[in-house]
Parts: sequence; structure tokens; C-alpha cells
Amino acid sequence: MTAILRWAVLRNGTPLPRREIPLLEGAVFRASLIESVADGARVAAYFGYLPEGEPGVDLYAVLAFREDGVLRVARMRVTGESFPSLTPACPQVHLFEREIAEQFGLTPEGHPWLKPVRFVKSCRPGHDAWGREGDVQPLIGVMDFYRVEGEEVHEVAVGPVHAGIIEPGHFRFQCHGEQVFHLEISLGYQHRGVERVLRGGPDKRTIHYMETLSGDTTIGHTLAYCQALEGLSGCSVPARAQVLRGIALELERLANHTGDLGALAGDVGFLPTSSYCGRLRGDFLNMTALLCGNRFGRGLVRTGGAGFDVDAPLVEELRKRLDLTLRDVSNAVTLLWESPSVMSRFEETGRVSLETCGEIGLVGPAARASGAEFDVRQDFPSGIFRFSQIPVSTGRDGDVFERAFVRWLEIQRSGDFIREQLQMLVAGPVMAEAKAPAPDTVVVSLVEGWRGAITHVALTDKDGKFAAYKVVDPSFHNWMGLAMALRNQQISDFPLCNKSFNLSYCGHDL
Amino acid sequence: MFSIIMARLRQGHRTIRYPRRPPVLPDRFRGLPVIDQGLCGNACGGCEGVCPTGALMRRDGRMTLDLGLCVFCGECEKRCPKGAVKFTREHRLASRGRESLVVGQEAVLRARLDETTRKLFGRSLKLRQVCAGGCGACEADCNVLTTVVFDLGRFGIQFVASPRHADGILVTGPVTKNMELALKKTYDAVPDPKLVIAVGACAISGGPYTGHAETCGGASGVVPVDVYIPGCPPHPITILDGLLRALGRIKE
Repeated sequence: MTAILRWAVLRNGTPLPRREIPLLEGAVFRASLIESVADGARVAAYFGYLPEGEPGVDLYAVLAFREDGVLRVARMRVTGESFPSLTPACPQVHLFEREIAEQFGLTPEGHPWLKPVRFVKSCRPGHDAWGREGDVQPLIGVMDFYRVEGEEVHEVAVGPVHAGIIEPGHFRFQCHGEQVFHLEISLGYQHRGVERVLRGGPDKRTIHYMETLSGDTTIGHTLAYCQALEGLSGCSVPARAQVLRGIALELERLANHTGDLGALAGDVGFLPTSSYCGRLRGDFLNMTALLCGNRFGRGLVRTGGAGFDVDAPLVEELRKRLDLTLRDVSNAVTLLWESPSVMSRFEETGRVSLETCGEIGLVGPAARASGAEFDVRQDFPSGIFRFSQIPVSTGRDGDVFERAFVRWLEIQRSGDFIREQLQMLVAGPVMAEAKAPAPDTVVVSLVEGWRGAITHVALTDKDGKFAAYKVVDPSFHNWMGLAMALRNQQISDFPLCNKSFNLSYCGHDL
Repeated sequence: MFSIIMARLRQGHRTIRYPRRPPVLPDRFRGLPVIDQGLCGNACGGCEGVCPTGALMRRDGRMTLDLGLCVFCGECEKRCPKGAVKFTREHRLASRGRESLVVGQEAVLRARLDETTRKLFGRSLKLRQVCAGGCGACEADCNVLTTVVFDLGRFGIQFVASPRHADGILVTGPVTKNMELALKKTYDAVPDPKLVIAVGACAISGGPYTGHAETCGGASGVVPVDVYIPGCPPHPITILDGLLRALGRIKE
């Protein structure tokens, strides 16, 4: 019970000297992690790292304790070729362990679902978790897929290239007639090598990687990065910039939630809301473009503050547009809840129970729809959210309807937040100078992106350069949720379930 | 039913008048960059130093900017002490040749396809979109063309589900190694004659991912590209302009 107290405590965006991260014995590390997660902690990050000048691989874990608002970090060292898997006792880490296995060529012994994540070579030549020969690039999609066999069981394989304008990924359904027994999702097609090139940074390209980690979450990821860097360099961001960043983050949420509600309507053939929301999503993006010239917020969030300021006419224009757009969104979205043909498709489709949600560690609206009250803006607030709280919106049943309805609740609350912030925008500068990052320091930065908790972990070396930079997109936690939602559903409900999560491929593949 | 009709009336007609009327762009929009060679003097190299993708380069004693690499961040404009680099509000950026994307060398805006191709596809163009490492922003701004605001269908252009039904492919993303084969296969599945349109800095040159071993540095190393539409991401109007210009539907 007390072993968790040996973990180092840190807060969102606050630096800690790396020497304070305890190196625990494997058994203590595992027991305290399993126990804490069973008690309600979440695994925010779990990754491997090659310690300087020493043999073996260090495994770092970051746990998030929402009730205390603290993060705890510790590490253990693996010197052999394998380590005991935590997944059977703590399923939340299943993908993290697969990632460690792939990147470092270590085998998590007893992992029930050990498959490649992004189909990349191990960073330790000659070590491979699957015993593949030589130092060659693995072929994407070549692995053992889960298979159900029996009379009238058939397999449907889709992708990587899909029918719509959407990112690539491979999906395999094990079906019995219309019914899906299991969906296996195999990704990695979008892998661009981001984490590899982040090491040794920050440099002039770093922020552009952040802005394109997942294009629809430009503000979320860039904010997480800037928060990490500001923590490392002890930079205090001016209040006005904090407000502008908060507004941008909520505009991003508004745009994506509105777009997804429209797409959900489209997936059940309800064209009115589908076409209205398509337009309204663009109206929110155009508001972001009012701030910074780019619809996705490129250039808006910068280390030390905000890249752009606003003047009174711009604030007025924003407020005017926001009111009009929100009124039209309300009109378009209300149609969904009033239409029995829509509700009958949304309700009881793609259900994820609160229990499953906790076991696999879902985040964001997908988790809140199942009743998990987890929101970084409330639990680990940073920036403007330390002063202005947004109530957490939750559902109960975890079906497509709840995932849609939670988005609608969040749209209203984000709208209220922006209105309030625009009314009392503090005066002052929008940029503070950021010094070089501190050497040998660790920082964990959390942001509630529109898909859920974004986690960035930065470790600096003796020169203040990134020794490691770990990015955990909310999609990394949530892809398994989509697979679980599809169990015993009709295969024709896949687009609907998929859109109710709307996960990022490139955020996962990095 | 009644509320659906009321909502329809309320939401109104939203399709923009473009291309008959000029597009409405945000005040802070960063369009085509221009370099004033007279002001530049080509001495300090400050802009080269801050450019994240190496888009700025001295060629034959002139400072040039490669639109294919540019992510339109505007750092060079901020950095230049003489104000020689400026991002204008010009949204027309598409080009047929990779070389003519270089600002400071020769004029751009040469997106028009040859006569035969225009005859074939000018009134009806079906495209299969392939995202090959794109971050989702270029994809979103292609997707938005199908909304009521841009109503791509009115120009006879449509995104289709199968390469077999397509006249060409529209590529986004730096083309990851893991997507190289899929892109090639999709291209091969499109019946001849066919077009390839590369949208966004990534698809043209790799963009921020240029030089990564995990990517192919854009589409042109894998499939032959006919039209380049720069931006990070290009504004939907820029993409629409590129498509229409390629088909000869907008004439200058």
C-alpha cells in the first residue's frame, strides 16, 4: 500500500529534477502500479528509455491521481530480454507494453495480445520481441490477426485506404452474418517518426511537429508542448495569453464536436443535421482563423504565450459570430434528439460499460459518456482553467447516443466559457520570453483536448536538450474502446460507432 | 417533420458565390509569399535561419522561397529586418510543375492542364482521396469542399469511394513508408488516363517531415504528380481554385 509513496510526486506542467525519479525494484514498481490503478489512478504514460551509459532499458510510468490532482512517476530497469507483463492484472497498459516491446525489442512475458503497434524496427539492433531475423524494416500489417473459426463465420477486412476522405488504418471484423464477434484494429500506416526526431530538440521544427501531430488537435498538442517547455524553462505565461489559449482550445472542441455530430447524423442518413453541421464546423474553424489566419490554429500557441493578440473590434466580431453560430448549432443538433429515426439508431448502439471503460483506460468524451468523471480541465487544471472551471459533462450508458449527447453538452459549456472569457479579457502582453529548458529535468504536461487527455512527457539531458519526448494522444487510449464497442453489434453500425469516437490515426502512429 | 422544415428555413442558403465573386478570407490570412529582391539585398540570411523546412534558399544570387516546402508559418516575414519577405492575401497557389512553385525565380499560377486532359475531365472529375501520413488538416479542408458552403458537386467534381470509379487521386501527407505500397496500388487501380493532385506541403515535399527516413518525402517519388497545391494546409478556397484552374474552369 505504501509503495506508491516512494514514487515521485509532480503536478501538471511543473518540472522535477530527473534524479528525484526513483528507480524501483521490478516487483515494487509493478505491485504499486497495479494497486494504484485498481484504486482509480490512470496510466497517463508508460514508456521505455535507454539510460545514458548504462546497460538495459528503463521503463518510466506516469500515473494520474485525479482525486489529489497529482501525478506520480517512477521507473524500473529491465536488463534482460523480457519483463513480466502488467497487462493481465492492469489491462490499461496493454498498448503501452506493446509499444515498449516494439521499440526496444523487449518481451512483456504473459502479454495476452502481443502484436506490433506501428511496424517499426527496434531501436536496439539485434533485439526483437517477435524474434524476427535481421535488422530489416518489418512489413506493415504482417502479423497474426485474431481469427474466429466455425460454420458461417466470415472475415471482413477493410483498409488501409478507406472509402471516405479519412486517414488510413486496417480493420478486420470477425462476423457471423451481420453480427460482429470481434473487431481488430491494426494501425501504423501514418507513422512519420515524430518521437525519434524530437530527441535532441527543441529546435525550429519542433513546434511544427506539434502542430501536425494530429491536425485537428493543433491547439491541444501545441498547448501541451508549450506548457511542458514553459515548465522546463520556468517561464510564466501572461494572463492574457492564457485566456487566448483557452479560447482557442475550446474553439477547437466546438469545431470538432459540431463536425462529428453532423457526421453521426450523416451515418444514419439524417441529412438535415449532417449538412448544417458541415457548414457550422467551418464557421468555428473560421473563428480560429480570425485569431491567427489559419483555420486549425497554426501559429497561435507559441512557447511563452500566444503568437497573436486581439483588439476590441476582433473580440466583438468573435462574440457576434459565436452567438450566431451557436444558435444555429443548437437548432441543427436539437433535431437529432427530436427525431425517432435518429434516436433508434443512436440508442443502445456500441455500448461500452463503465467497468470496461475503467479497465482499458478510456479518456475524453468517450469515457465521460460511460459515466467516468475524468476531465483534465477539472482534475489537473493549468492555464486559464485554474481560474475558470468548466463543469464536467457525463453520460451513463456509454452508447453512441451518450457519446453524441456528451459532445452536445460540451458544446454548450465551451460556448459559455468563451463568451465569459471574451467579456473579461485582461489587458497586458501576450508573450513572455522563455529561457532555455533546464538540464536533467522531467516535466509532464496534460491538456484536455477535444478527444480527451493529451499527455506529453519531456526528459532533458545535461545540456537541456530533449533526451526523450513522449507523446500520448487520447486516441492511443481509446482505439481499444472502439473495438469493444463493436462487440455483438451489426457490422453496418461500424461507421456510426467509429464516428462516435472519431479517433486520430496519426496521433496514434506518430 | 414540422421542426425539420422550420430548421431548413432557418439555416438558409449557405453556398458561397465563388468563383463568380472573390472569396472572403480572414484578415490575418497568409497567402502567397513574395520576396522583394531590391529590399532583400541577399546579405543577412536571417530568414533562411528561421525557416523550419528550408523553404528559403539562395539561388543564383537571389533569395527564393519554395512554396512546396513552405508551411506558411510567417517566421521569415517576422525575422526579415528589411521587410523583404511578405505574405500576401493571394490565395491562388496551385501549379503544374514542381519547379514553378519557387517564388523569386519565375511566375507561379500555372495550374492549367493540357487541352486533351481538360477535354476529358473538364466537366466531370471523380477523385479518390488517399491520405498517406497526412495529419488530418489537409483531409479536413478537402472534406469541407463537399459541404454546402463550397458544394464541389456543382463543378462536376466529386470524391468517390473506389479508385476504379475515379479519374485520378488526390494525395495528402508526406507518404509514409508504411503507406507507399497502398498508394501505389491505389494509383494502379485507377483506369487510364489518370491524374494525380498533391495537396499540402507534406504531399509536395514532405513538408515538416522532409528528410525523415520514415517517409518518402512527398508523393512525386511514388506516383507522377500533375498538379501541386501548396499550403499547410491549403485553405479550402486554394484547393478549389487549384482544381478549377487545372480543369480550365477558371481562366485568367
